[in-house]
Amino acid sequence: MEAGTPQVVKLEDLHLPGQLTGRKHILSIQVENKPGVLARVAGLFSRRGFNIDTLAVGPTDDPSISRITLTLDGAVHPIDQVTKQLHKLINVLKIRDMEPDETVAREMALFKVSSAVENRAEIIQFAEIFRAKIVDVARRTMTIEVTGSADKIEAFERMIRPHGLVEMVRTGEIAIARGAE
Amino acid sequence: MRAADTLMESLKAEGVKDVFGIPGGANLPTYDALVDADFRHVQVRHEQGGGHAAEGYAKASGRVGVAFATSGPGATNLVTAIADAMLDSVPTVFITGQVRTELIGTDGFQEADILGATLPFVKHSFQATDARQIPEYVHEAFHIASTGRPGPVLLDIPQDLSRADIDYQPRTEPVDLPGYKPSTEGNIKQIRIAAKALANARRPIFYSGGGVINGNASEELRELAASDRFPVTSTLMGLGAYPASGDNWLGMLGMHGTFTANWAMDKADLIVAIGARFDDRITGKLAEFAPHAKIIHIDVDPAEISKNVGAHIPIVGDVKLVLPKLTREYRALQTDSSRLDSWWNQIRGWQQEHPLFYEPGKDGEIKPQFMVETLHKATQGDAIITSDVGQHQMWAAQYYGFDKPRRWINSGGLGTMGFGLPSAVGAKVACPAETVVCLAGDGSLIMNVQELATCVTERIPVKIFLMNNGYMGMVRQWQELFWDRRYSSVEMGASPDWVKLAEAFGATGMRCESSADLEETMVKALETEGPVLLDVRVAQEENVYPMIAPGEAARDMVEAPRAVR
Repeated sequence: MEAGTPQVVKLEDLHLPGQLTGRKHILSIQVENKPGVLARVAGLFSRRGFNIDTLAVGPTDDPSISRITLTLDGAVHPIDQVTKQLHKLINVLKIRDMEPDETVAREMALFKVSSAVENRAEIIQFAEIFRAKIVDVARRTMTIEVTGSADKIEAFERMIRPHGLVEMVRTGEIAIARGAE
Repeated sequence: MRAADTLMESLKAEGVKDVFGIPGGANLPTYDALVDADFRHVQVRHEQGGGHAAEGYAKASGRVGVAFATSGPGATNLVTAIADAMLDSVPTVFITGQVRTELIGTDGFQEADILGATLPFVKHSFQATDARQIPEYVHEAFHIASTGRPGPVLLDIPQDLSRADIDYQPRTEPVDLPGYKPSTEGNIKQIRIAAKALANARRPIFYSGGGVINGNASEELRELAASDRFPVTSTLMGLGAYPASGDNWLGMLGMHGTFTANWAMDKADLIVAIGARFDDRITGKLAEFAPHAKIIHIDVDPAEISKNVGAHIPIVGDVKLVLPKLTREYRALQTDSSRLDSWWNQIRGWQQEHPLFYEPGKDGEIKPQFMVETLHKATQGDAIITSDVGQHQMWAAQYYGFDKPRRWINSGGLGTMGFGLPSAVGAKVACPAETVVCLAGDGSLIMNVQELATCVTERIPVKIFLMNNGYMGMVRQWQELFWDRRYSSVEMGASPDWVKLAEAFGATGMRCESSADLEETMVKALETEGPVLLDVRVAQEENVYPMIAPGEAARDMVEAPRAVR
């Protein structure tokens, strides 16, 4: 008998693997840096009815390759089907479904907060607690840069919102594997 | 060398012998180069016709079909054919002219973003931004179109680039694309597990699809089926891979499949899906599809596996390579085939109780099913049959009895009316020695009837057998059965006079209105030189049965009502 092949295969012992993982997934996709590649990826998601939560695109250390990092909900989408469809795009080189425990993921956000004189001190204090940076101050507003996990950015948003959130912009998560790999 | 000439050189290097197309402003350089190219160009009368001709060519021969069109409307006219080729996995390369590079994005005359428009249904597409890319992209396009799961590739060439002069060296090394490596071999461990599962199956069934035709694996399928008495059914696209006259054949499955095929799927304990994709026309109500079955799914496209129906034993690979391995592994197990006796008893019972059935026509009336049976006789069952989309397509699939692959050419996935005539043009160009019959519907034929001019001027002697019931019959059938018989815009009226129309194009027109004359008239049409249009007046309100009503489970399919049981 060869390793991995059972002697007898009974039909009642065959089972389907689960399709939905129920957690957030970060897909790190290496694509050829060519015109229209992002349109192909985005088009695939909309056509197949896959919902992207966040999307970040940028160059890599190799100028011929770009990286698309996107997050999506594994409770709604069969991630396996998503990656298989992505692999069919000729310009997609490599897809990594990042393991949460083995991944460093970061996102940046800019918050523009209305800051009357009386609550400035409190806002600055929040910024310090979150190790955020104040990057712009005007007469009525302050702009704060926060970097961290998506959770941290959401926590900061909850703290700052009561003070009058004027505008917020987020980059979407980017991720890299921990350790030597 | 002028880039347009390198386009011809690289097409020739890819083995192209025939292309279909229409010139226009943006592809003038291509057509100028064509004058000196040594392959045939078939000048079609509408770009959609050119696209379907390229598909028919590919489906009949297995070689890549090629169509040319100019920018703007020329290119957008190709869109239906491109989508059709995507859904039926037809190896095709579409080469469009584009406005000059400096005009792109300015809404220039005859500018259309054809790359953007076709993005959802190409296997891949290229737009040249540098003239030197043109020959390179041709080779990449052919490689992508013809390997793995085949499909359409679009190459869009701005006019100024095809006029440019470039250094040209014929390509010698094979194409290597870093992001495109189809798996073909099939995991041998999975194949062994599949063989052992088959050995334990009591009620197995093979469900074969268009992938077996595309993969040229008809012989391999027959070998595997002969390894034991495995019952075989097939999708619309897979007809002919296993012979309809073969012992293990159950008929087509799905919405208008046989009772036996659908019930066998419903009661099976093991389904072996081979180059098939569990389309909704096959499964019926998904939640109730094949409730007792475990699934072995063999496909070259990993994304098809577990897309609609979960696979217990997935095997990703080229059917032509996987099936012989599965046959070898299965035969080595030396199973006792008597375990299939009671399954076959059940199947034979269904076949006897529920054969395909129609009420014969009275007083010379031609029943459409009879027309297909007569077509089989008149062609000795050995013609290439193309069809349009609708009732006639289903009757052809049910009653022609295809014994060989690549003899049945139709639009299955997209369901494109007007596919039949242009695809017959392509099939005849690909296989000039074969009899090519377009079994047309009157609703469909009018949609691309301009290609009759192509048949006449290019001397492409296809025979068009028109199943004329005066309706868009399938839509009428649905309005009758599911919309309270409120007929809405389905009558075709008495226009045109098809015989006169054929004659106006310079083809031969014939008509038949009585079942007694049908075979003789068909034979005469087949023996007449040049293109012939035979207008056959059939029973007008015949319905296609059996039928799985939309949204119903396969086991609830309904059969033809019988006047006398």
